[in-house]
Amino acid sequence: MQDVKYTRPASIQEAIRLLQEGGPTARILAGGTDIIVMARERRRDTSVFVDIKAIPETMGINFDAASGLTLGAATPLYQIYRNETVARIYPCLVDSASLIGGTAIQGRATFGGNLANAGPAADSIPSLIVMECVANIVGPNGQRQVKAEDFCTAPGRNLLEAGEFIVSLHFPTPAANSGARFLRFIPRNEMDIAVVNSATNLTLDGNTVTAARISIGAVAPKPLFVLEAGAALIGKPLTDETIAAAANAARDAATPIDDMRGSIRQRKHLAYVLTERTIRDAARRARGEAAQEH
Amino acid sequence: MSDRIFINTTINGETMEIVADERDSLLEALRDRIGLTGAKEGCNNGNCGACAVIMDGRLVNSCCVLAAEIEGAEITTVEGLADNGKLSALQETFLEDAALQCGICTPGFLVASTALLDFNPHPTEHEIRFWLAGNLCRCTGYDKIIRAVQHAAERA
Repeated sequence: MQDVKYTRPASIQEAIRLLQEGGPTARILAGGTDIIVMARERRRDTSVFVDIKAIPETMGINFDAASGLTLGAATPLYQIYRNETVARIYPCLVDSASLIGGTAIQGRATFGGNLANAGPAADSIPSLIVMECVANIVGPNGQRQVKAEDFCTAPGRNLLEAGEFIVSLHFPTPAANSGARFLRFIPRNEMDIAVVNSATNLTLDGNTVTAARISIGAVAPKPLFVLEAGAALIGKPLTDETIAAAANAARDAATPIDDMRGSIRQRKHLAYVLTERTIRDAARRARGEAAQEH
Repeated sequence: MSDRIFINTTINGETMEIVADERDSLLEALRDRIGLTGAKEGCNNGNCGACAVIMDGRLVNSCCVLAAEIEGAEITTVEGLADNGKLSALQETFLEDAALQCGICTPGFLVASTALLDFNPHPTEHEIRFWLAGNLCRCTGYDKIIRAVQHAAERA
């Protein structure tokens, strides 16, 4: 690895100062499963690592029904998916957290890092989007909140300004009679990058959909929040026809590329199939049943 | 040159101070600074699991950890699995079931399997395969490794 400094600030203010002093080659270090490799392979010019894990606000899982769930941005995935409260109330987040990398990656990797990397195929971002995640960002000019769907701007690009970083992620308490599901398609069942992924969050009143958020990934330069897909369901009964209309909207929104993982035609098809499946599973969870689709 | 740093840590139960380069990965510090060459460098990018170690109770790839990050941490490497020369149940069953051929992936599989049985003493075959998905072996075809983990779990 190139010459690099390691710093471990204990406060947000100290971290911001270190990021400002370090300039564009100062890199936030949370789980390190991407940035350490990128620095070693010189895909990111790096002069200083700013390890944010000693900052109390970046670590931990806090939930109460009134204010929702706050995840420290550097909380490792294994702590998230082993947390009983998260598993019970936010199973869609567990779907994502337990599929990113393998066990040794999940021991370190974080939702904050997965979001900040802004990968088009990132396996947490569709779930963050449908669960109405807001990133709490700090920087030299104070704090701001950005919705997950607004955070990524292009492959590997996000809207963080110089000296800014994500401290935590906030999720509202899910509505009564709501359910959410994330699925991805890869050639093997683990340790690979999504060909396509999808997440759906539904609220039901009887069999009528009262709220729906649908997101698909690996089919565009950034994960997509497909408003048209949700709109195809809202106010309507959940039937094969309305589910197909929503899945068609997701397919229409997909603008994938051809690469070694999949062709355009396959990815468009998968956007339909995975959206249909996540809708059916989200509805099952909304009714208190277990998810079934794999 | 990167700066020299001094890291106070516990490795395989032994408290020690390691002198390392500020840019060293944990894998480099283990192998090159203190001579624990059990953890192997395979891919050096988090895909193969040959460098797996247990850090404060969770499995990590030591190539994706900076040495500087283990200040105050407790690390277990493959060298720490045997107890005074007595092999662990997993080490025994890996030998009995011939769960290795060339052996370069074996330290990672042993450490990852140890972390699995610590967390889940009686895993299903499905759980074993998912847990070990981040460890690559190009010789055995995995079945013998899975069997060795099952046999070790039966002995617990």
